[in-house]
Amino acid sequence: MQPTSSKKTPLTFDTIAPGQGLAAALKKSRADIIGEVSASNLRGRGGAGFPTGTKWNLAAAAQGQDGGAKYVVCNADEGEPGTFKDRVLLLEYTDLVFEGMTIAARAIGATKGILYLRGEYVYMRPHLDGVLAARRTAGQLGANILGTTGFTFDIDIRMGAGAYVCGEETALIESLEGHRGEPRNRPPFPVNTGFLGQPTVVNNVETLASVSAILAKGAAWFRAIGTEKSAGFKLFSVSGDCGAPGVYEFPLGITVAALLEKVGGTGAKAVQIGGASGVCVPASEFGRRIAFEDLATGGSIIVFGQGRDMLHVAKNFMEFFVEESCGQCTPCRAGNAKLLEGIEMLERGACSSAYLRELLNLCETMQLASKCGLGQSSPNAFVSIVTHFQDEILGRTAAAH
Amino acid sequence: MLVSQQQKLQDEIRALAARHGRTRAALVPILQDLQVRYASVSDFAMQVVADEVGIHPAEVYGVVSFYAFLHSQPSGRFQIRLCQTISCDLAGKARVARQLENELGIRFGETTPDGRFSLEWASCLGMCDQGPALLVNDRVYTRVSAEQVHRIIDDCRKVFGAHAAQAAHAAHA
Amino acid sequence: MSGEVKAGADTSRAPSSQKIQQVHVGGDVMQLIGGQITVTIDGTDVKVPMGTTVLDAARRVGVRIPTLCHHPDLCVAGVCRVCVVEVEGQRALQAACAFPITSSLKVKTHTRKVRQARRHILDLLLSTHYGECYSCKRNNNCELQALAKEYGVDFYRFGHVTESQVPKDESSYSVVRDMDKCILCRRCVRTCIDIQEVGVLEAVGRSNKTRISTFLDKPLGDVVCINCGQCINRCPTGALHAADTSDEVWRAIDDPTKHVVIQTAPSPRAGIGECFGCEPGTPMTYQMNTALKLAGFDKVFDTNFSADLTIIEEGTELLGRLHKALVKGEPVAFPQFTSCSPGWVKYLEHFYPEYIPNLSSAKSPQQMFGAVIKTYYAKANNIDPKDIVTVALMPCSAKKFECNRPEMADSGFKDVDYGLTTREMAQMIKEAGIHLPDMPKGDFDDPFGTATGSGVIFGATGGVMEAALRTVIEFVCGVKVEKLFDHANIVPVRGFEGVKYVELPIANVSPEVPAIIRHLIPSFDFLKGATLKVAVAHGTANARRVMEDIKAGGKFSECHFIEFMGCPGGCIGGGGQPIPTSPEIRAARARAIYEEDAECAVRKSHENPSSTASSSPTAPAAT
Ligand SMILES: Cc1cc2nc3c(=O)[nH]c(=O)nc-3n(C[C@H](O)[C@H](O)[C@H](O)COP(=O)(O)O)c2cc1C
Ligand code: SF4
Ligand code: SF4
Ligand code: SF4
Ligand code: SF4
Ligand code: FES
Ligand code: FES
Repeated sequence: MQPTSSKKTPLTFDTIAPGQGLAAALKKSRADIIGEVSASNLRGRGGAGFPTGTKWNLAAAAQGQDGGAKYVVCNADEGEPGTFKDRVLLLEYTDLVFEGMTIAARAIGATKGILYLRGEYVYMRPHLDGVLAARRTAGQLGANILGTTGFTFDIDIRMGAGAYVCGEETALIESLEGHRGEPRNRPPFPVNTGFLGQPTVVNNVETLASVSAILAKGAAWFRAIGTEKSAGFKLFSVSGDCGAPGVYEFPLGITVAALLEKVGGTGAKAVQIGGASGVCVPASEFGRRIAFEDLATGGSIIVFGQGRDMLHVAKNFMEFFVEESCGQCTPCRAGNAKLLEGIEMLERGACSSAYLRELLNLCETMQLASKCGLGQSSPNAFVSIVTHFQDEILGRTAAAH
Repeated sequence: MLVSQQQKLQDEIRALAARHGRTRAALVPILQDLQVRYASVSDFAMQVVADEVGIHPAEVYGVVSFYAFLHSQPSGRFQIRLCQTISCDLAGKARVARQLENELGIRFGETTPDGRFSLEWASCLGMCDQGPALLVNDRVYTRVSAEQVHRIIDDCRKVFGAHAAQAAHAAHA
Repeated sequence: MSGEVKAGADTSRAPSSQKIQQVHVGGDVMQLIGGQITVTIDGTDVKVPMGTTVLDAARRVGVRIPTLCHHPDLCVAGVCRVCVVEVEGQRALQAACAFPITSSLKVKTHTRKVRQARRHILDLLLSTHYGECYSCKRNNNCELQALAKEYGVDFYRFGHVTESQVPKDESSYSVVRDMDKCILCRRCVRTCIDIQEVGVLEAVGRSNKTRISTFLDKPLGDVVCINCGQCINRCPTGALHAADTSDEVWRAIDDPTKHVVIQTAPSPRAGIGECFGCEPGTPMTYQMNTALKLAGFDKVFDTNFSADLTIIEEGTELLGRLHKALVKGEPVAFPQFTSCSPGWVKYLEHFYPEYIPNLSSAKSPQQMFGAVIKTYYAKANNIDPKDIVTVALMPCSAKKFECNRPEMADSGFKDVDYGLTTREMAQMIKEAGIHLPDMPKGDFDDPFGTATGSGVIFGATGGVMEAALRTVIEFVCGVKVEKLFDHANIVPVRGFEGVKYVELPIANVSPEVPAIIRHLIPSFDFLKGATLKVAVAHGTANARRVMEDIKAGGKFSECHFIEFMGCPGGCIGGGGQPIPTSPEIRAARARAIYEEDAECAVRKSHENPSSTASSSPTAPAAT
């Protein structure tokens, strides 16, 4: 009943000695640090895949109000269903994560860092606090870091309080500011107007750890892994119906089939790529690649075996979104509830295909008109399951269920 | 609440505000500390917090009611949160849920009459490879089976039992 | 533009998601922000300043984009999503009300995706909207209903609730909350927090359980609501409306034993035309006199008359306080605050109770008038006060609360039996089959018919101050105000700036003290060379700024007299005025009021022939 380590493959991060990346970074100018990150083609590991170098450049160029501070926020809200790789990084590669934040701070000129840790991970606090204290003692945090005059940076930990939407970067900032975790209108983006109105970089845990690796080993090394548009290695959180669920590392661009083979999931009926907000890929499409140009993901892979009822799966996802929508904007607040209602109608065998079509149109509206990524992606699972498994879903009788 | 207790709570909140800052950005940390200590944020506490950080009580209530881990109603000393999301669902959370209800004699969303246990659903806990997973306060249990449920509950009674009973007594007195 | 409330509204408390944020675009910011930029909207090019929203840009070229959560007085929310448009190069649709233009965009406002999204959003809102338009206060004046029509909603695509989900909250004398009709646009929340700084309304819960509620979901009557009704004025639907007493008023009219007297305040007269399709700022004063008689009121009086009494009261009280403080050295509460806005009075009581002694002891014009009717008028006309029903036509929802205050019944009878809002009166007039603009003009009834321009301008922010100054200056200086201010227009206290501060040096004083205050002050010499400092604030968020400054010992603490109005713009923007409201509409209403003032034969309260005649019987009631 006690958790065990989730690691199933050796990770590249094992080969990166803590301290290496930061030391390399401090030898460079700020522009060169960002140049290195840009050259690596690193794209955000939190799901959206925004080029990290570009984000840092914008934040470096932005002017704080009243000459105020800039912030680096590490997004450790890891709430996407089926994702747990950040947990492994935070517990087992802690220094690389904090180091990545420190490098980011150096690059954009930030003085304060915040680790936004999801409330469910509160048990990590003693460990994380310990590492922070050790880093302070070692001069890796605080004033004049590692003897670099004028480089002052420290990190606070702030806890989430049980809201998936707070992983969305602007909702996260709202939450930090003491508000309900409701995403903001964008633009302006956090790189201009973030925490307390100041320029703020928000990066995923894995992105920041990868930065440490890139600075340690060089952009070219990183770019050589993966595909052209999706550089580097990536951690995957694998769960569901497979032989060995856990955290794996693969280069981006791996096919679904190849991945299934490694995790003991061959013969699956379908795979959910990207968590609840991702898409459900049926066996016929297992040749597709996991990369930003095809199946983008923050790393969540959920395998469904042959016996699984896909309508039940869709229902579980919609229940999640109905629970976790912030409730601010109409398409998401009311739309998710309508989709869930639709699924319940399908369960009862009481949904006409005309109404189902209408719900699919509603999905398009939600994807286009919702205020944030949650509502824009919450219909994905519904759409892909309904499209691919229509024969399994329509015309149910009460007995069949 | 007695006046002296109110005074004590007020002093405590002032101390928290002094530590976290008397600005709105300190709101959630203050509320979290109160939640841990009292298993809920009381009406009176919300008003004091509002004063301390300079916002309206309704705004504090808006925040408390938004987050799943903050409660404006008294909840149990032990908050049992069972993951209801897909991987734990595939791994058999339904039977664990039923057994939790059986052992505690309450439904999800309820608190035992003695104020010890609350049963709640949670969204994915980040333990999907080891589901079904549940949290008891800040402690994680993984690969939970229905037959293990009573042990978890016994654990609570034993492991945290002694001091929690004291704390619960203090909070509910 | 919409400078007025925004300049004054304190959005520091608003979630950052609901503020217009500084947009930094790289490059030379100063140059860009001052710069103009060309955008293409449905094929038409338009040049706009950097940072203009797509919504405003579209309006400039006459393209209508529907909105629900947007309001010209409020900061951006971007939550209803009905204003979405296609922006070239963006995958998702963008909310026009929240999208600042920082580069040359191409925008399309009615593509298939856009139309589908808008229709779906309306369908979704309607699916949880319980209410029938024909039994709704906002029938024909509802933004949701209007959009449903505009977008051809002819069936409920996603179903429709058929049972009430939330009981109505009718605990407040002023505001009824019918949350079955709420579409969660949060205009009321932004109003109550940003414009009024009262903060009793907030979004509570999350996801599809989100609701607009109060602290601990208490009834509105049990929380610190000041009854200002500003939330009603900005609610797009019938979810918020004023507690309506028009049925009781009809009953009184129908009862032959009752003598039903109505007093009308200046602001409703400047506003009510809007309910009959007139342009904002079309005065209806004299048409309404005829209409009210036709509708069955026995007498129609002008509240302005008692506004004049209020002025004289407040003015003499001010001089009295000054005299006490400066000559007698007695402890006196300064600055003196106006007391005629019940929303403001309640605000002060809730949030700054230690300053209650600063309130002028004068009753509000409504209550003062009511008291005169039930005492002086009853006696003079030989009517038993218990048979008199006094109705006040007010721009205000807080007056409904005020007239039910226990202390507002000194004579043993309620000073004012019913307060009706402008909207309710328009409804009654319509019900009587009258189209107001078609009415011939009629006069007010005597003996209170005569009112001065000073009473009229009470309706706009700064009006009370101007009226008071006209009287005080003339008393103290002994010269005609016109000599000091062109046409007696004391312009510095006018206008919609959130807080105004004015200093008036008193060079010479009159050797003569007017009869009505001679018993208080034997001579004005003590004011010679003094500087009278006054301030004006409207909307309670602005009031709060002033109060905080006073608490901190800032410049406002040195003021002698401060006018506070609970509502933005003063009474013309009151919570009972026609909906919609906007800075432009309030400005138009104010214009109507100042024009009426300019046309008055007598423009100073103390020159009102009736008030000097009758002020003595009311004075005891008012102190
Ligand atoms: C509903 C929602 C939830 C999200 N949750 C997370 C999360 O838990 N962790 C994360 O890193 N990013 C999450 N994101 C993405 C963040 O908004 C943001 O893009 C990311 O933190 C940026 O970091 P990156 O560029 O390093 O990926 C979420 C986005 C949405 C819309
Ligand atoms: S899309 Fe959903 S989560 Fe995002 S702002 Fe809208 S309601 Fe909130
Ligand atoms: S709020 Fe509007 S749409 Fe709803 S019932 Fe009233 S008039 Fe009709
Ligand atoms: S009436 Fe005024 S104080 Fe009361 S809820 Fe509405 S806006 Fe707030
Ligand atoms: S009560 Fe009215 S203004 Fe407030 S959120 Fe509901 S619909 Fe909008
Ligand atoms: S699905 Fe249960 S922990 Fe992730
Ligand atoms: S009007 Fe733009 S989102 Fe509501």
